[in-house]
Amino acid sequence: MDLKDKVPQHASFTQHQQKWEDPSILDYSRRVESPFLAFNQTHTSQIKVPVQHGVVNELVQASKVQDWDPSAMLDNLSFLEQKIHQLQDLVHLIIGRKGQVLGRPDELAVQQQQLVTADLTSIIVQLISTAGSLLPSGKHTLSAATPSLEQSGQFGGVVFPSAQGLNDGFQPPNAGGCRVSGLPNSVDISRKHGNEQNHIIEEHELKDEEDVEEGESLIPGTYEILQLEKEEILAPHTHFCTICGKGFKRDANLRMHMRGHGDEYKTPGALAKPNKESGSEPTIIKRYSCPYTGCKRNKDHKKFQPLKTILCVKNHYKRTHCDKSYICSRCNTKKFSVIADLKTHEKHCGKDKWLCSCGTTFSRKDKLFGHIALFQGHTPAIPLEEAKAPAGPSDQGDSNQAANKVGSMNFNFSSNVSSESEVQSSMDIKGNVDDPACYFSPLSFDTCNFGGFHEFPRPPFDDSESSLAFLLSGSCNYPQKSGED
Amino acid sequence: MKTQGQGQSKRKQLHHPLSPHSNPFDILTEEIVCNILDHLHDDPFATKSFSLTCKSFYFIESRHRRILKPLRPDLLPRTFHRYPFVSHLDLSLCPRVDDPTLNDLSSTWKATLRSINLSRSRFFTNAGLSSLFINCSGLVEVDLCNATHLTDLAASAIAEAKNLERLSLARCKLITDMGIGCIAVGCRKLKSLCLKWCLRVGDLGVQLIALKCKQIRSLDLSYLPITEKCLKSVIRLQHLEDLILEGCHGIDDDGLSTLEQSQSCKSLKMLNLSNCQNVTHTGLSALINGTEQLQQIILAYGSSVSQKILKVTSDLAKCLLTYSKLQSIKLDGCIITWSGIKAMASLDAPFKELSFSKCLGLTDDGLSFLVQSQKDLRKLDITCCRKITYNSIDSVTSSCTSLTSLRMESCSLVPKEAFVLIGERCPFLEELDVTDNEIDDEGLKSISRCSKLSILKLGICSNISDEGLAKFGSCCPLLKELDLYRSIAISDAGIAAIADGCPALEMINIAYNDKITDNSLISLSKCRMLKALEIRGCLGVSSIGLSAIAVGCKQLTVLDIKKCFNIHDNGMLLLAQFSQNLKQINLSYCSVTDVGLVALASLSRLQNMTILHLAGLTPNGLAAALLACRALTKVKLHASFRPLLSQSILGHMEAHGCVFHWRHKAFQKEMDPKGWKLHFGRSSSEVP
Repeated sequence: MDLKDKVPQHASFTQHQQKWEDPSILDYSRRVESPFLAFNQTHTSQIKVPVQHGVVNELVQASKVQDWDPSAMLDNLSFLEQKIHQLQDLVHLIIGRKGQVLGRPDELAVQQQQLVTADLTSIIVQLISTAGSLLPSGKHTLSAATPSLEQSGQFGGVVFPSAQGLNDGFQPPNAGGCRVSGLPNSVDISRKHGNEQNHIIEEHELKDEEDVEEGESLIPGTYEILQLEKEEILAPHTHFCTICGKGFKRDANLRMHMRGHGDEYKTPGALAKPNKESGSEPTIIKRYSCPYTGCKRNKDHKKFQPLKTILCVKNHYKRTHCDKSYICSRCNTKKFSVIADLKTHEKHCGKDKWLCSCGTTFSRKDKLFGHIALFQGHTPAIPLEEAKAPAGPSDQGDSNQAANKVGSMNFNFSSNVSSESEVQSSMDIKGNVDDPACYFSPLSFDTCNFGGFHEFPRPPFDDSESSLAFLLSGSCNYPQKSGED
Repeated sequence: MKTQGQGQSKRKQLHHPLSPHSNPFDILTEEIVCNILDHLHDDPFATKSFSLTCKSFYFIESRHRRILKPLRPDLLPRTFHRYPFVSHLDLSLCPRVDDPTLNDLSSTWKATLRSINLSRSRFFTNAGLSSLFINCSGLVEVDLCNATHLTDLAASAIAEAKNLERLSLARCKLITDMGIGCIAVGCRKLKSLCLKWCLRVGDLGVQLIALKCKQIRSLDLSYLPITEKCLKSVIRLQHLEDLILEGCHGIDDDGLSTLEQSQSCKSLKMLNLSNCQNVTHTGLSALINGTEQLQQIILAYGSSVSQKILKVTSDLAKCLLTYSKLQSIKLDGCIITWSGIKAMASLDAPFKELSFSKCLGLTDDGLSFLVQSQKDLRKLDITCCRKITYNSIDSVTSSCTSLTSLRMESCSLVPKEAFVLIGERCPFLEELDVTDNEIDDEGLKSISRCSKLSILKLGICSNISDEGLAKFGSCCPLLKELDLYRSIAISDAGIAAIADGCPALEMINIAYNDKITDNSLISLSKCRMLKALEIRGCLGVSSIGLSAIAVGCKQLTVLDIKKCFNIHDNGMLLLAQFSQNLKQINLSYCSVTDVGLVALASLSRLQNMTILHLAGLTPNGLAAALLACRALTKVKLHASFRPLLSQSILGHMEAHGCVFHWRHKAFQKEMDPKGWKLHFGRSSSEVP
């Protein structure tokens, strides 16, 4: 009951904390903007999350695979015992700190509280998963929970239940997990977590759409042509809250936001995708025109090729008619007008070592040779440093590994980390390097991953730190936590 | 000599109207002198003597010279001025050719240089090559074999040679597809390309070569990690004649079967699939489908899986049925079946060359059946076919009367009578290898009827004696090469007869023959053309005999006197004085000391020395000899000398391009340390 009282209290300390309870908080870009999260742990959590996700899955799978094995069961039981002890200790800690925290409702206290909560969550999740594996019949409940974990693609499904479970007096997280994954935007939420700015994903989608649209041939006149103005196209947000005026990139996010303005916005009708209803009615196909006169995508052009969606318009306009203001920080030569293009390029920048004399780079040798076979006078360009390292670009395939090395050396989980966060992670380390605890914590995950996972869901040591604590994404603070220990 | 005589006769005719005081050579026009010079390439000393005749000859010769094979690169700058029109530069005697040298020579012979051989040279880099290829844009032929240090940068330098037609990059192991890609784009006129052992070159590089260099006639892709992917492009080359795919393990039947049947290389004349262990008759037939011009096919050492091979020979013959121009098949190391032989015999192609070296299944019946119809056969190789007996030799000699080459080393079941047949029935033989056979004097006497014989190998033929040799020597004046290794029954008389009868002798091996003494060498000193002499383990030979050789055989380039314990420093002194052409010498176990070795060092052409177990050799003497020998490229020494020689000397030698091989061999007192008992004849080794 202590907990139940406490958590909401702390949650109300800051806006951020509120959001934590609210599903819409997972609109990550906003959280990053908020000053509270200037703490570097946000980054750390981003990196670690996928790993842990993998761990969780592994755990679940391991338990699924397990047959009825008494010794394993004994192991599990002792593990449970250990965990319950830890849980007790934690609760004691919380009780002990209650007065102090209430007395000093400052950021520090909030964070400490978050940490404790996070640990609590992790232990509970472990308890449940282990307990589930004890019973042969328990497998079913677990496997019922598993899809939500896997489908959501990220930890979001776990985070929520545990957090809410705390609030609701230790509800089984499984149920919570199901509930969250049942939310219409849960997938979105989880996907966004990998990215600092959620519009990356948006624009990736966009790009795809535009590509698909290339081959489309609609008969002129059978569709409605819309043309947005330049300012409209370049506006950062397209969906605005009618109450507070806040802008959003996605309508779904706006709808999530609207819930905060009153119960009337929480109805399924208000939350549902508006298009879905109108989908049954025959609607006129909408196509878009680029406002730039003379452009092929402009409706006045002789061979007008319409753009399929607003997103296509945005990307097209930026790519074709705007300055390329984003410069690759690695090669300092490639420029982009769409930040997603820059990100895509940065993923491969430096890896494209198959170079043609015309300056074009290729990530694959056969593509380079195909290019050279096609164009007269083009020839493979031999990099000068090749003389020093003759083994250089001789072998195919190992390029990616080599380029990833930096990342994997520091973290050792490059396979699980999405490449976007890789860039961030390397910056991260620089920022945190003066804090040893933070620096080493990823390594302890590493040991976690490799340390006999099939016998023990988790190594006995280091649990409180390396467990699912970080599943509470931004809310756990590593430096502080380790300081307490 | 003959041509010089012609020139002189012309000169005499023209001489009459002139006064006797004027220089008789003045009357010769430059054109005539150049004509004479054109015929002077047999004797290396001839042109030298010619240019020393008078100033005008010197001038004409220096303007006339096109081919230059310098001995030492440090002397090269002096030739720049003397020979302004060199077009073919062979640097294979220069182990060290560095970038400045390449820079200088390329700026000197900028306009004239057409061909350069750097196959034995090191120390140059892509920078030197780059200036070479940029300056000498007329280069047509370049040999860069063994340049294991060259990288893709060098390949991109080669790509500057737009007129290049023949390029060899064998063993350039650091060059990758990227470099080959540069060459493919740059050298569009390539006709002949050798990429043997370029292990980093794969399908992509070869494919690009085939796409860009449409003129290619000859392509050597041996031991490359390539698959059928690049062959698809290669067989589309319209002019390809020679395709060598030796040891390409990536090529297999499945891959070859994917080649388009319509696309075939119509111009292909020679295909070498040796050591392609994954190719059987199905792959072969897919590859040669539609190549009507095919003349030669080499399938030596094919699949090691005997089951596959068994199929090969019978089915293979069937897939060769349509190739009426086929002249040569080499099946070395394959397993031959009776059905295969029968199918081969049914091919209506008149073979000129058949090679069954080390073929396991070849029997008397098979060979006899096969050669029945092959009247035109010129070359037959049945080395180590140990099932062959008298019958085979009988049918071979009766059918193939125009044989010019017969190799039958170690055909141990062939009796001595069979060799009489060879002499009686094959009068056109030029090459005969009967090493390790039962041949006796009667056989040799019969073989002496083959008056065109120039190569005869009688090694380990213990039944041969002076009598046979004497008869042979009197009848075969064209003999150039004679091998009498461990033919222990011969003595000085036989060698004398050979020396008298065979003035053209260039190479003789009389190693491990006890009865040979100095007299043999004295008689051999009459053979002025002698270039290679091996007298290993001839205990009766001393410095006197060697001195006679040194004085008489000025052309001597290779000398092996290992274990001639009676050869002392005196022999070396004369050798150093007279054998200016000596390139290679093996002195191991001789009684030569520091003095002899230092004397030898004055030989300016000496490149290759093996000096193991010289009792009288001290580290100081060795060091002095090594430092004095400027042209050395390879020295074999006992490992015990390694710590005794100063590192700076070794470093100095290595910087000049000399390579040291350190050997740990223990001292061997006996002549036959491995117990082969070769001295006791063949009877003991004939256990079935």
